[in-house]
Amino acid sequence: MTARTIAVVSAGLSTPSASRLLADRLYQATERKLESVSVPASPVVVELRDHARDITNALLTHVPSASLAAALSAVADADGLIAVTPVFNGSYSGLFKMFFDALDPDSMAALAGKPVLAAAAGNSPRHSLVIEHAIRPMFGYLHSVVVPTGVYASAEDWGASTDSDSGSGGADALDERIARAAGELADLIAARPPAASRPADDPYQGFTPFEKLLKG
Amino acid sequence: MQFGIFSVGDVTTDPTTGRTPTEHERIKAMVTIALKAEEAGLDVFATGEHHNPPFVPSSPTTMLGYIAARTSRLILSTATTLITTNDPVKIAEDFAMLQHLADGRVDLMLGRGNTAPVYPWFGQDIRNGIHLAIENYHLLHRLWREDVVDWKGSFRTPLEGFTSVPRPLDGVPPFVWHGSIRSPEVAEQAAYYGDGFFANHIFWPKEHFQRLIEFYRQRFEHYGHGSADQAIVGLGGQVFMRKNSQDAISEFRPYFDHAPVYGGGPSLEEFTESTPLTVGSPQQVIDRTLTFREHFGDYQRQLFLMDHAGLPLATVLEQIDMLGEEVVPVLRRELGAMRPAHVPDAPTHASLLAARTATSDDEPAVAR
Repeated sequence: MTARTIAVVSAGLSTPSASRLLADRLYQATERKLESVSVPASPVVVELRDHARDITNALLTHVPSASLAAALSAVADADGLIAVTPVFNGSYSGLFKMFFDALDPDSMAALAGKPVLAAAAGNSPRHSLVIEHAIRPMFGYLHSVVVPTGVYASAEDWGASTDSDSGSGGADALDERIARAAGELADLIAARPPAASRPADDPYQGFTPFEKLLKG
Repeated sequence: MQFGIFSVGDVTTDPTTGRTPTEHERIKAMVTIALKAEEAGLDVFATGEHHNPPFVPSSPTTMLGYIAARTSRLILSTATTLITTNDPVKIAEDFAMLQHLADGRVDLMLGRGNTAPVYPWFGQDIRNGIHLAIENYHLLHRLWREDVVDWKGSFRTPLEGFTSVPRPLDGVPPFVWHGSIRSPEVAEQAAYYGDGFFANHIFWPKEHFQRLIEFYRQRFEHYGHGSADQAIVGLGGQVFMRKNSQDAISEFRPYFDHAPVYGGGPSLEEFTESTPLTVGSPQQVIDRTLTFREHFGDYQRQLFLMDHAGLPLATVLEQIDMLGEEVVPVLRRELGAMRPAHVPDAPTHASLLAARTATSDDEPAVAR
């Protein structure tokens, strides 16, 4: 079985960050799920903090640095994407958005149809709909296929349930959501041909000959 | 090999003095720069075309006509003429007129323009950019080659029995370069007509342009205009020189840090590392420019951006002198020595006239 590559993008700013912690758990769960259907997977982790200055420079000059270009290509070329942002001011962080703003048109096209798991980390559980009102619309614009389950982790999700009556919070509930979302992502990835076998979207291979351009 | 200057025509505050030139001063400065280019032994002066502040050159053929009257050798060109929002009929008329006044010392570089509001200001839509460039140029190409044109397209009102006047000087249309920084369609267009392709690679890493230029070269050969290494390629470049490279860096840094195009972004060091910008000694400029040939093959035209980011006129004139005295003579010698005999020079009015006379009237052109 051809190996699949999963890009893991974390916009967490501290080291270690809750976003990265969540991203790693989402990847591990996805990998396990793919393994169970004999599809090997490997991660390409993109910590946006490492590219923060390059992302700003790329937006100002339209010139991505070599390392940012590699990170953008890793996302464009991957079989699936796990994207995790901290919640700032009730939305994704600026750095998270700027990374996707720095995609060139060809890479943006490469995100169309790509399976994406959207996740966010915040302190308060009250921001859990950030995935639905902020992250999902952005990937909607990019025509990505975002799995139905978004994973939001609030501070209390990393410990025991604080709401034992309903069972809606706490680590057990987070594990369950991670497993469900990872399962959905793994199913989509396994069902698609590997990115490596799909014809590259190369503008110089698929160019339009002039006689056809002239006809409009 | 042709060397020259291309100007964006920006009015930018000098960050070291806080002074902003007036439009009048900037326009006159552009003329002075063009005259200096001829005096310094350069071959080409090209002006941009813009229709919004802080830029002044909205009317390139007016400026170039004035420069033509005050020069005798310099080739007058553009960087770029907007093929999308200008009426191709007016481009045909304006540049044919300029060609007569300048005794043939005229070519032009076509570009789409990337300032979105300019399109609606001229009744167009930026989303039609490629189609406008294709259709408008096809009409322009015919207007210069056919005495009477019947034409109907998608964007412009039809023409019936139209003759563009004056007819091109000696019946030889001005040579056309097509400028693009990312579109294979424009490289394909340039290749189809056997026109020149200008890659203004001053902001991008070389790998991007290697593919674009290689594509143009292959398609040029495909359309039967010659071998790939005979395709007509022009490149941009931007330099700032002082005898000691450290002086160049410290003098240019405030201009770099505040320049509208890259200010607030990468450091000067990062930018010189990743793009062709060279800030240093004349020898460093020579060495860097020689790498262009290694990356893109033997090419025909090298234009330098020198008068931008608020640099004072006196400094720009010094830069052009250094270019003419210390850089270009060495590049001419070294690039000339490495160039195979079958690689042509950039077409000029004289060479195009000679070529037409040689093939006389029995051979149809490859692309009409």
